Amino acid sequence: MNKEKKETGNNKKLQLAFYWAASCGGCEIAVLDIDEKILDVVAIADILFWPVAMDFKYKDVEAMKDDTIDVCFFNGSIRTEEQEHIAHLLRKKSKILVAFGACAVSGGIPGLANISNREEIFNVSYLDNPSTVNPRKTVPKNSVKVKEGTLTLPEFYDTVKTLDQTVDVDYYLPGCPPTPDQIMTAVGAIAENKLPPKGSVIGSMKSVCDECRFEKSEKKIKEIKRVYEVDKIEDKCLLEQGIICLGPATRGGCDARCLDANMPCTGCGGPTPNSLDQGAKMISALASILGIEDEEKMSDEEVQKLIDQIVDPVGTFYKYGLPSALINRRVMK
Amino acid sequence: MKTITIDPITRLEGHGKISIFLDAKGDVANAYLQIPELRGFERFCQGRRAEDMPQITSRICGVCPVAHHFASTKALDAAFNVDPPSAAKKLRELMYCGYYIYDHILHFYYLGGPDFVVGPDAPPAKRNVLGVIEKAGVEIGKEVIKHRAYGQKITAILGGKATHPVCGLPGGVSKGLNKDEVKEIEKMGKSCVEFAKFSLKLFDDIVLKNKDYVDLILSDPYTLKTYNMGLVDENNKVNFYDGKIRVTDQKGKEHLKFDVNDYYKNIAEHVEEWSYIKFTYLKDIGWKGFKDGKDSGIYRVGPLGRLNAAEGMATPLADMEYKRFFETLGGKAVNSTLAFHWARLIELLYATERAMELLKDPEITSTKIRNPVGEPGEGIGVTEAARGTLIHHYKLDKNGLIEKANLIVATTNNAGAINMSVRDAAQGVIKKGKVNDGLLNMVEMAFRAYDPCFACATHTLPGGMPLEVNIYDENKKLHKTIRRNL
Repeated sequence: MNKEKKETGNNKKLQLAFYWAASCGGCEIAVLDIDEKILDVVAIADILFWPVAMDFKYKDVEAMKDDTIDVCFFNGSIRTEEQEHIAHLLRKKSKILVAFGACAVSGGIPGLANISNREEIFNVSYLDNPSTVNPRKTVPKNSVKVKEGTLTLPEFYDTVKTLDQTVDVDYYLPGCPPTPDQIMTAVGAIAENKLPPKGSVIGSMKSVCDECRFEKSEKKIKEIKRVYEVDKIEDKCLLEQGIICLGPATRGGCDARCLDANMPCTGCGGPTPNSLDQGAKMISALASILGIEDEEKMSDEEVQKLIDQIVDPVGTFYKYGLPSALINRRVMK
Repeated sequence: MKTITIDPITRLEGHGKISIFLDAKGDVANAYLQIPELRGFERFCQGRRAEDMPQITSRICGVCPVAHHFASTKALDAAFNVDPPSAAKKLRELMYCGYYIYDHILHFYYLGGPDFVVGPDAPPAKRNVLGVIEKAGVEIGKEVIKHRAYGQKITAILGGKATHPVCGLPGGVSKGLNKDEVKEIEKMGKSCVEFAKFSLKLFDDIVLKNKDYVDLILSDPYTLKTYNMGLVDENNKVNFYDGKIRVTDQKGKEHLKFDVNDYYKNIAEHVEEWSYIKFTYLKDIGWKGFKDGKDSGIYRVGPLGRLNAAEGMATPLADMEYKRFFETLGGKAVNSTLAFHWARLIELLYATERAMELLKDPEITSTKIRNPVGEPGEGIGVTEAARGTLIHHYKLDKNGLIEKANLIVATTNNAGAINMSVRDAAQGVIKKGKVNDGLLNMVEMAFRAYDPCFACATHTLPGGMPLEVNIYDENKKLHKTIRRNL
């Protein structure tokens, strides 16, 4: 970090950049949601580019000297040729590259597309679709000759990748999206030059359970329920009401806001500190609350019955992190 | 033939790219707006738990997550054959009002409005929210930030978080409102009503009292005579949350009115090889290419589409503004693309008035907010996203997992029209090969009026939208480059 201090010291403003790849724009809105604090950020930093704020051209970035950007917050996963290109470019031009939000950190919801591939996605979008009329079976192409000339589109990849599967990443800011408080904590750490060691997650060391308003009573459950099957969600631990809640396996920092609305945690904060695979941790937490750990007392049939109640393991345990999971895609023929 | 490429345009779901082809005389032969990204939601939603859909699909757009959240929740109501208690519907609609307050303020002050408030001829570096603050004053700037935040806060109180909310469940919502929360929202809502009135007055003073602006709004390059579409209530008034889909023609006459369950009988999507986005059209008229007029099935959605497709607003102040809008712009239908901005502010006023109505309803604090669901089946849910009609259609298997999902999002409904508006704006400015900075402003203004998800964000902190236009000669050799704000 000393290097940065030398170069960004001398009252020189921090040079910040924001970029989005395959994402929804929610991370950008999260930055706007710091509201009037944006004026504090602008006081200490120049924002070199920010898609929600301003456009830029690849050529501008290409023309920059390497390391021109002090910190680049990169959100979105990598899905196309164009996004891969810009990730490499921004890595080169940035001293610090931060994977911002669940998509960049672990693939996010668009990462669920790794259960599929390009061909299947194109089929569903453009061919086998109740409202699409496509007798000629047209699908988008990378290069198309139109009457007046040629038009090009970036290649759409089979697999969604996280930012660190594409380039070297310095820090991670999880959440879908990160909360304004988390963003200001990160900006504060950068401004005061108090960044943790490279590779760290800038975030809470607690789990969502630690931040949840509901009490846990270590009660075991006999069955898993879908949230819509529970007539009245009571003011107590949702897992103990039979609803799968990823609170025990998910990093906090969000004040367990989904739980405040009586809905389970779906895991957007990624794995808890020191845990490698969020889904694996959740499955083990579930096994414990379902009493499967006492499986010698249960018949195989009983265990199977319990496991069968988990109807969509991939979507349930890896909703925000399939590309970064230990098993990270479906094998396609 | 010369090609002009504007690449990329900043947008919310990746980038946009405009290619303009000139003919031998140097006039515009054609223009293409390409969307170079796709994420494949319809495929990867297959196999997911149905109840996850409101939260999965909100990730289609982080700017309008509430629209997807509730289009999805409504599709689940239908798929599980359950009618939510009326208090739940009111809570959803109230949250929807919060979302409109935030989103319409975002667009008018941060993204699209600066074209007018600061002026289309102002230097690009000034055409952003800072420029608006400079022109209107710092105090006003603080009000803008405050009221956009109020919209988000209302959504967060009801939905758990604003981006991305979690309260939608088949058969109702997971969280009700207590009296303290009602009071808190009422305080914000009241302030938002005044802010909406102020915004309309600002538009009046700066835009409508300026003949040049009015002429620009009514000028040919910004006129598109398409059909218009939007949800209406039983009195044919604009409704964001529920109703029937109404389509009016170029003169404002009703062309179609149908139940949302019949969307696929009335709307179809066309695929082009040169863009990942699809183009919707009215099935009874058909796809006739990028043409406007009665014989082309292209229609427009969003604030202007909705006002044209309805017969008024359901709240008193907004309805007065609605009448003034059509009186001022020459009656129905208003086919001026730039009138989207004014229409948006009228809707902002409606959203604030409607929020206050809902808050006064004693049922809003009811604890009866969910009904038990039936067997899983098939369901369609339609809402009006800020940017236009939004359709979710799911087929569930017997375990309540998604078997098939079809999504038609707001900007897809406008994709054909936006493409034509960009072409027309280019044709309006480029004559005999003469291209200047004016082109960039005019083309930008054409697509920005729609607040499309791919061009939304070109205007806020900290600067204007840098653009580069490359002009190639017949041999594809770079002939000239115009840069702005780079």
